[in-house]
Amino acid sequence: MSVLVYLENWDGKLKKLSYELASYGAQLAEKLQLPVKAVSLGKVDEATLKTLGKYGIPEVLSDTNEAYNTLDNSAIAKALFAAAQQTNASIVVMANNNLGKAVSPRLAVKMKAGLVSAVQGLPISTEPFVVKKMVFTGKAFAHINIKSAHKILTLAVNTFGLVEKNLDTTLTAFDAGLAASDFGTTVVSSNKVTGKVLLQDAEIVVSGGRGMKAADNWGLLEELADILGAATACSRPVSDEGWRPHAEHVGQTGKIIAPNLYFAFGISGAIQHLGGVSSSKVIVAVNKDPEAPIFQAADYGIVGDVFKVLPQFIEAVKELKA
Amino acid sequence: MKILVLIGNVPDTTTKIKFNADNTAIDASGVQWIINPWDELALTRAIELKEAHGAAIEKIVVANVGRSETEATLRKALAVGADEAIRIDADPLDALYVATQLAAVAADYDLILAGIENADYNGTAVGGMLAELLNRKSVSAVSGIDLEGDLLKISREIDGGAQQLSMSLPLLAVVQKGIAKEPRIPAMRGIMMARKKPLNVIAAADAEALTAFEYFELPPAKAACKMVEEDQAASLIRILHEEAKVL
Ligand SMILES: Cc1cc2nc3c(=O)[nH]c(=O)nc-3n(C[C@H](O)[C@H](O)[C@H](O)COP(=O)(O)OP(=O)(O)OC[C@H]3O[C@@H](n4cnc5c(N)ncnc54)[C@H](O)[C@@H]3O)c2cc1C
Ligand SMILES: Nc1ncnc2c1ncn2[C@@H]1O[C@H](COP(=O)(O)O)[C@@H](O)[C@H]1O
Repeated sequence: MSVLVYLENWDGKLKKLSYELASYGAQLAEKLQLPVKAVSLGKVDEATLKTLGKYGIPEVLSDTNEAYNTLDNSAIAKALFAAAQQTNASIVVMANNNLGKAVSPRLAVKMKAGLVSAVQGLPISTEPFVVKKMVFTGKAFAHINIKSAHKILTLAVNTFGLVEKNLDTTLTAFDAGLAASDFGTTVVSSNKVTGKVLLQDAEIVVSGGRGMKAADNWGLLEELADILGAATACSRPVSDEGWRPHAEHVGQTGKIIAPNLYFAFGISGAIQHLGGVSSSKVIVAVNKDPEAPIFQAADYGIVGDVFKVLPQFIEAVKELKA
Repeated sequence: MKILVLIGNVPDTTTKIKFNADNTAIDASGVQWIINPWDELALTRAIELKEAHGAAIEKIVVANVGRSETEATLRKALAVGADEAIRIDADPLDALYVATQLAAVAADYDLILAGIENADYNGTAVGGMLAELLNRKSVSAVSGIDLEGDLLKISREIDGGAQQLSMSLPLLAVVQKGIAKEPRIPAMRGIMMARKKPLNVIAAADAEALTAFEYFELPPAKAACKMVEEDQAASLIRILHEEAKVL
């Protein structure tokens, strides 16, 4: 038995998320007194994979088939199943991002494994195996017992830190044995966001609501985000109006995020909005209405006009960074 | 082509969640139940496709795994425009259990639409599991879907961008935000018609749940929000740097 960590790559690169997952897998394996390995699908260079030793991964299985780039859900699940069998994995860990959400349920059926998504932290107990996750979109937490011998966990993004181990990593060539016909997803075009901090990865998020009044006013938010190295987000009406792209919508029906710092500008703090952001470590709210529910959820607040506060924030951050 | 839309029955999004005395289950008293918001958008899109492509879409069927209380939610889906409903009579124990029940009725449908997650336990699993049980292709995080001859034109979000795909049927699409703009609201005529549409109740198949809820807890209460004056906004940046240490 062992713990297997699935490490995604982005055009051959690993992100902080991968190192978080590596740290998590290594800690989990230590707790269970099991060996840990990782699997990488797609072309990633050896030096990059070897950096995983720093976070406690002694061996990486690497299948460099480029067809994985089509992100075909069933092919990736099949490859992970082969890797899980080869490593005799009893627990597979992956990210709770778009790919992890797509692939983990398929793998769970193949492995006859109990699946819990968006797990927070290490198991509360290992016998029985109980993990904690957010439910009712941020309104509560549940303790879930996974009763099956095989288990799959997807780790909530940005909830587990990095733990350094400084091991040497062995790379093992791995061939999941997939044929061209296993890849059934035809990609017509891709547009990857480059040069911008992605909402799911961001440690700081600058978000705007209807109080920002118009799409044109986002320049101020973008400037603040830019100098903070933050991602931008918005409330649902803002994306419904087309002021901002759908991918920025956070909340019950948008993305659920957990940055270290969340700025809410002109957002009332409706319960559906808070569901998506309440796991943020620190929330800062700026709203001209002292009764706005966002102040109930915030750690720091300013009752005031976003258009007066934003320029002061921008100046103060510039000073801080100088 | 036939479309199946999976329907989760979840507490209204404004519900204040409470649990029973030993915190082992939700206290359902006073809870209003609705169609899971993503499933509502999926159904809306299915209806739009039927309106746009007419004869190419033979019927839209909605399915739920649940007890008789969920029929009001299924009737609403019929009122919005689904042609038939199926209720599989079982408690939705966990994702694999639900997917196994759905697999018994879903194989006939060329296109199956599931939501990305149910707004109750946020499992994010039933759609993908059903695809695997049926051994069919799936695409997840779908934010747009259209018919183009025999093919489906699909937009999906990936981690770090978006893609356009061209997919053949049969397919299971796990949908999210963007798939339809606004959910359809049932009109009076739809509500009248829904009463006459078939709602078939099917007995549960044998299936196993691999996970179980043990305990629920509410998030810890937040400390009071620290307020800063509007004209002192710059000092808040210093506080975030020095006190909260998040900058
Ligand atoms: C099923 C369902 C799902 C939903 N899902 C989501 C979701 O995922 N995410 C989401 O965000 N919403 C969601 N909603 C909508 C939610 O209920 C609220 O309507 C929405 O969050 C409000 O957005 P807002 O705060 O931007 O706008 P408003 O509620 O209009 O608030 C604007 C705020 O800006 C303040 N303001 C105005 N001008 C200024 C100024 N110059 N300076 C400072 N403050 C100012 C006002 O005081 C007000 O508090 C959902 C609703 C439903 C029914
Ligand atoms: N009891 C159920 N009956 C029918 N469909 C369901 C049920 N539970 C979940 N689903 C579908 O599966 C999706 C994901 O649910 P979940 O995996 O529970 O987060 C939902 O959006 C629904 O489309």
